[in-house]
Amino acid sequence: MGIVVEHLCKRFGDFVAVDDVSLRVERGQLAAMLGPSGGGKSTILRMIAGLEKADSGTVELGGARVDHMHTRDRQVGFVFQHYALFRHMTVEKNVGFGLSVRKVPEDEKRARVNEMLKLMNLTGFEKRYPDQLSGGQRQRVALARALAPRPRLLLLDEPFGAVDAKVREELGRWLRNLHDELDVTSIFVTHDQEEAFSLADKVMVIAKGRLEQSGQPVDILDQPATEFMARFVGDANVFDSVVRDGVALVGRVAVPVRGFEDGSAVRLVIRSYDLKFFKQEDGPAIVHRMLYLGDRVKVDASIEGAGPIFAQFPRRSSLLRGIEPGCRIGIEVTLARAFAKP
Amino acid sequence: MPDLAASSKRPPPWALRILVLTYLTIFLFAPLLALGVESFREGALSLWQGITEPESLLALRNSFLLAAIAVVLNVLFGIAAGLVIARQRFWGRALLDGLIEVPLALSPVMVGLAFILIFGRTGWLGPWLSQFGVRVIFSFPGLIIATLFVTVPFTAREVIHVLSEIGEEEEMAATTLGASRWQTFWHVTLPNMRGALSCGISLTAARALGEFGAVLIMGGAITGSTHTATTWIFTAVDERNNGAALGLSLVLGLCSVALLLLVEKLRARAHERR
Repeated sequence: MGIVVEHLCKRFGDFVAVDDVSLRVERGQLAAMLGPSGGGKSTILRMIAGLEKADSGTVELGGARVDHMHTRDRQVGFVFQHYALFRHMTVEKNVGFGLSVRKVPEDEKRARVNEMLKLMNLTGFEKRYPDQLSGGQRQRVALARALAPRPRLLLLDEPFGAVDAKVREELGRWLRNLHDELDVTSIFVTHDQEEAFSLADKVMVIAKGRLEQSGQPVDILDQPATEFMARFVGDANVFDSVVRDGVALVGRVAVPVRGFEDGSAVRLVIRSYDLKFFKQEDGPAIVHRMLYLGDRVKVDASIEGAGPIFAQFPRRSSLLRGIEPGCRIGIEVTLARAFAKP
Repeated sequence: MPDLAASSKRPPPWALRILVLTYLTIFLFAPLLALGVESFREGALSLWQGITEPESLLALRNSFLLAAIAVVLNVLFGIAAGLVIARQRFWGRALLDGLIEVPLALSPVMVGLAFILIFGRTGWLGPWLSQFGVRVIFSFPGLIIATLFVTVPFTAREVIHVLSEIGEEEEMAATTLGASRWQTFWHVTLPNMRGALSCGISLTAARALGEFGAVLIMGGAITGSTHTATTWIFTAVDERNNGAALGLSLVLGLCSVALLLLVEKLRARAHERR
């Protein structure tokens, strides 16, 4: 079931939580809503589910307007950030709840519950209470409960926010597989870029209540539409400069810039992996620190007359040869994005 | 080793313990002990006669009936207040939340007097009610009103607290799963209130049994009619009717202890299921 959201707005008092957001997710897609905390992602998700009423704008699910439809009639599966499992019910009762309230016959219900528990690797936990489960297990119960009534749409609010990093990665992969097996359209909210880019077919970046950019992960990564996007994705260096003959100078480092007239003031956004450092006796920059981050090395340097810059290299990269704190280096910018200076 | 040096200057840990124990001994254990010892000296027969004399039985019946009425009405009110104050958003909600606790702070005697101003013979509603033969002051309805006033916070407070702490997500989850309002209330909200309600019931019953000032003023402690266990103990002490005074005190004391133990147990259980 496809989702079309048009011009959605929501205020809480004076605070504009969602500001004219329009987005679209095709049937069968797994989409991520990515953005900083407090940016309005969860509010959009709740408005799609009908848990929150929009001030204006429309929500279409499967081609039909649902703005006046109650949450319980939207056939939406919702997974809450803190699971929201029914604490006084066993795993079995939790998963069967959506079927019980819809008066599904007992034997049919039992079969579906068992099927879901098996799918979620929860067989044997039927009689446990939520407080007797680990975080990952609770998350899977929450998913099983949301999926049991066969929703057309699955919405997940920070689904892996409350479990530790390793379980998070595992659950993520597992969600991807699950999504591919079931005929469902899904949106999950996250503030974790890696999670969004690695799992989703489509990434929608939301910040300060607005949709900054949406598209396939690779497009978002490689073609940031705005300065915000260029800075938001990955770790970036930012410099202000002026274009002369197709080149912007950052200290003595020349950065090629296309599409700007001579004399225009530009803001350059240079990602930490779009740089090459090499040892050079009279180079324009000095290395300060080298941080060893497992498989990567982060090098902090400063460009004379321009300020700090950092780059990341694979641990064994030949680019690191001879580079040590205190040495002078040359810098080659392989890719810089320039935006008109605001 | 600066830590060790500092700790040697501190009073030893048992000093505070002794202070707490002394305090409790004076104000809690000693009176209970006295009650027990004096009852024993009075003798079982005298106590039994004191408890079973007609006025005592009437007073006990009144007290237990009032406790039962207070429990039933406060459970209903507590659920409603919880849903309104912990779940709805409206102007003045915080004020209402605070007002519910007012009866804890007010003197029951003062409140009794205030109700007399409303329901008394020359009060605001008294003359109008008497046209229909309804008498509130110095009759059982007066006792009910007095008891309800002093017990109103207990259940409501527990329910509001638990509902706010648990939050609305479980109820939202039930809604997304297709539950109607009623189904959500019955299968999700109410079970989550269970612990709070049990605690509230015990506290309400204990408070209702123990109330004195408000029921004295509004009921008038009329022999053969509006005595409660507490007002009858008061009168019996006055009349040197030791059997009745000690006997009823013992009954009330045992009821209170039983209710408090029940509260503790329910609290512990509610805590487990978090």
